[in-house]
Amino acid sequence: MSEMHAETVPFVRETMLPPAPPPIREAGAVRWLRQNLFSGPVNTILTLLGIAIIWFIVSHFWPWFAHSVWRADSLAQCREIIARTWGEGASGACFAVIRERWHQYMFGFYPPELYWRPLLAFGLLMVALAPILFSESRIIRRIVLIVSATATLILALALGIPTPALILAATAMIGAIAVAERQPTRLLIFSALYPFLGVWLLWGGSLWGPLMVLASFGLGALAWVVVARLLPLLAAAAAIIVALVWWIGFAGRAAEDLQNLLPLAITPVASDQFGGFLLAITIGIAGIALSLPMGIMLALARRSDMFLVKSLSVMFIEFIRGVPLISLLFVASLLLNYFLPPGTNFDIILRVIIMVTLFAAAYMAEVIRGGLAALPKGQYEAADALGLDYWKAQRLIILPQALKISIPGIVSTFIGMFKDTTLVTFVGLFDPLKGISDFVRANFAWKGIYWEPFIFVGAIFFIICFSMSRYSMFLERRLARDHR
Amino acid sequence: MKKSLFLGSVAAVTLSAGVGMADTLADVKARGELICGVNTGLVGFAAPDANGNWAGFDIAVCKAVAASVLGDPSKVKYVPTTGQTRFTALSSGEVDLLARNSTWTFSRDTDLKLDFVAVNYYDGQGFMVPKDLGVTSAKELDGATICIQTGTTTELNLADYFKANNMSYQPVNIDSNAEGEQQYMAGACDAYTTDASGLAATRAAFANPENHVILPEIISKEPLGPAVRQGDDLWADIVRWSFYALVAAEEYGVTSKNIDELVKSSQNPEVQRLLGVTDDLGAMIGLDKEWAKRAIQASGNYGEIFAANIGEQTPIGLARGLNAQWTQGGLMYAPPFR
Repeated sequence: MSEMHAETVPFVRETMLPPAPPPIREAGAVRWLRQNLFSGPVNTILTLLGIAIIWFIVSHFWPWFAHSVWRADSLAQCREIIARTWGEGASGACFAVIRERWHQYMFGFYPPELYWRPLLAFGLLMVALAPILFSESRIIRRIVLIVSATATLILALALGIPTPALILAATAMIGAIAVAERQPTRLLIFSALYPFLGVWLLWGGSLWGPLMVLASFGLGALAWVVVARLLPLLAAAAAIIVALVWWIGFAGRAAEDLQNLLPLAITPVASDQFGGFLLAITIGIAGIALSLPMGIMLALARRSDMFLVKSLSVMFIEFIRGVPLISLLFVASLLLNYFLPPGTNFDIILRVIIMVTLFAAAYMAEVIRGGLAALPKGQYEAADALGLDYWKAQRLIILPQALKISIPGIVSTFIGMFKDTTLVTFVGLFDPLKGISDFVRANFAWKGIYWEPFIFVGAIFFIICFSMSRYSMFLERRLARDHR
Repeated sequence: MKKSLFLGSVAAVTLSAGVGMADTLADVKARGELICGVNTGLVGFAAPDANGNWAGFDIAVCKAVAASVLGDPSKVKYVPTTGQTRFTALSSGEVDLLARNSTWTFSRDTDLKLDFVAVNYYDGQGFMVPKDLGVTSAKELDGATICIQTGTTTELNLADYFKANNMSYQPVNIDSNAEGEQQYMAGACDAYTTDASGLAATRAAFANPENHVILPEIISKEPLGPAVRQGDDLWADIVRWSFYALVAAEEYGVTSKNIDELVKSSQNPEVQRLLGVTDDLGAMIGLDKEWAKRAIQASGNYGEIFAANIGEQTPIGLARGLNAQWTQGGLMYAPPFR
């Protein structure tokens, strides 16, 4: 029976079939293409159209770019080289203009032998920013510090930094890295001192000037401590008055006297020698650093219950947002001259920085107000329930959350402001985009050059703005506490 | 020019008295530096080189004034001014002297409270067209598209000219010279119009200059000259006569090369007075005897400056034309030094 049975039992598969590969249309790149680019007739047409446009642009642009000339003394020579190498009628880019004038695009009319100073100021800025921007990650901070220190020192050496300054700079950089490894919060002291150091490096002159301004802060703090014991209510007012009196009345003379006693000065550089990216970055960094705290204060003031504070803040914000930046710059450069007593020398870069800061702060205030409005009411009530006073509640509960929400908007404002620095060309300052290019073209050797400077300047702007944007995304990821 | 007119009027109204009374000569001497308002960059007239040293036809005027007042042509601080900021920079006292290819017009001289002291270049507006267009006269441009810089007197001149000749045109507005060249080369307009000196420089910088022609018609008068604030007559005199010293020097054959020799040997009484050998003309304008000699030494006489910056030997290749000496059929005519 078993025999018979065995012959009638139907076929039983004892091993599994090996899995077949998916059909070629449903795997790998083909699948991706089908799903994303050719999923239907509309998508297919759009894709083909897109490819055609890209091909059109690249095929026109590429030969011009591929025929770039980097070594020539004039546009005419560039044309000659292109015609010789690629035949008559070939088009080509003449980047030789960048090669000859890159230093003016970077530094404007800053004295060439002092180029190391802005560079050092920039490198130290990175050191000062590292503990603020990368406070949570030791590894990233280490990488940023080491890379910027090495790059700064090597470039400074290439730009001919004097040996004593090089030794000082190297010591400072290595010291900063060592401090950052052990006690990163200590590095914040350097960040607080950096504005004075940066200004001194950029504009030069006597070290006593910035030191005396610093002293006014110190005296103000001292006044605060002393008066706070006797009359707590007047402490803030006393601190501000003491600081201002010292600053306006005595700081200048004290700096002069000390300079006579112990000369500590480097070659001064006037504001009109600034230009190019040095100018854009100086205005941009100062504007960013000043507009954020000012924007926060304005946003808080606008949400305040106090009528006067609120209406002043609303008026300021709405006025500044309602006026184009260019008109504010014209006011800064032209109209102010009529109101100030004749002979007053109110630095043009300082005037522009003030206007740009006010402008960015108004936008910043609205961005942060959006963040404040997005917080659930329970957060405010929780802060009250904990018995925190107004400032503690803002500092510990409200602002950390509101600022986190506002990060994309804040960074957008920063990026917009940095790009707006090119508008200073209208008040006769040499911004990298138009100001420098205009006078480079005014030299007959480079007259007729058009796209190359734009591409060069645009590329640098892109690098800076893209880094800011990437940093903001990094920060958002790092601060995302709730949706993990 | 509307904006500058407005700002200029604000200037004039607010502080005309205060600034007008100022003693610019004393200020400049005390400062040890002449502050000269110049163009942010114009081929042949004002441009810094790769090392940041300014040079050009307008720059030479600044140097001559600095040389006669301060004794050193290098003691000049150049303040680049835009079309919008130039007149306010002058009337607010930010600059002592404006040498920035500015057209001398009635309203600028009177309403804006400026003083144009002389004309250092007689310019005029012209047209450039591609040769292929087959146009030989501006009268044939009826219906043409024309690239034109907005906010300048050239825009108004163009409208006037076409209206006067009963023709129509299509303007293509551009912001700067560089953009204009780009549009013109790309064929966005049939003709490009700006000052003739600018056209010549633009054409010379083209890859194929022979394919473009500058039409013979000059449709406007553009006397370009240095300007100072109204009300400081001594300073205006100094700038005026420092410039005329250069013009007179060319007329009498005094060059930067032979000047030292002529001081000793020249028998021409006019040259002797100009160079301070006889008479003390400098004392009449608060300067020393050799003021004019130093002005001429700064970058040569008017002819030398012209030849070095924009003349026929340079790539820009401008002919003297109206800017020749009056003895050569031009308009350069220095009043007598007496």
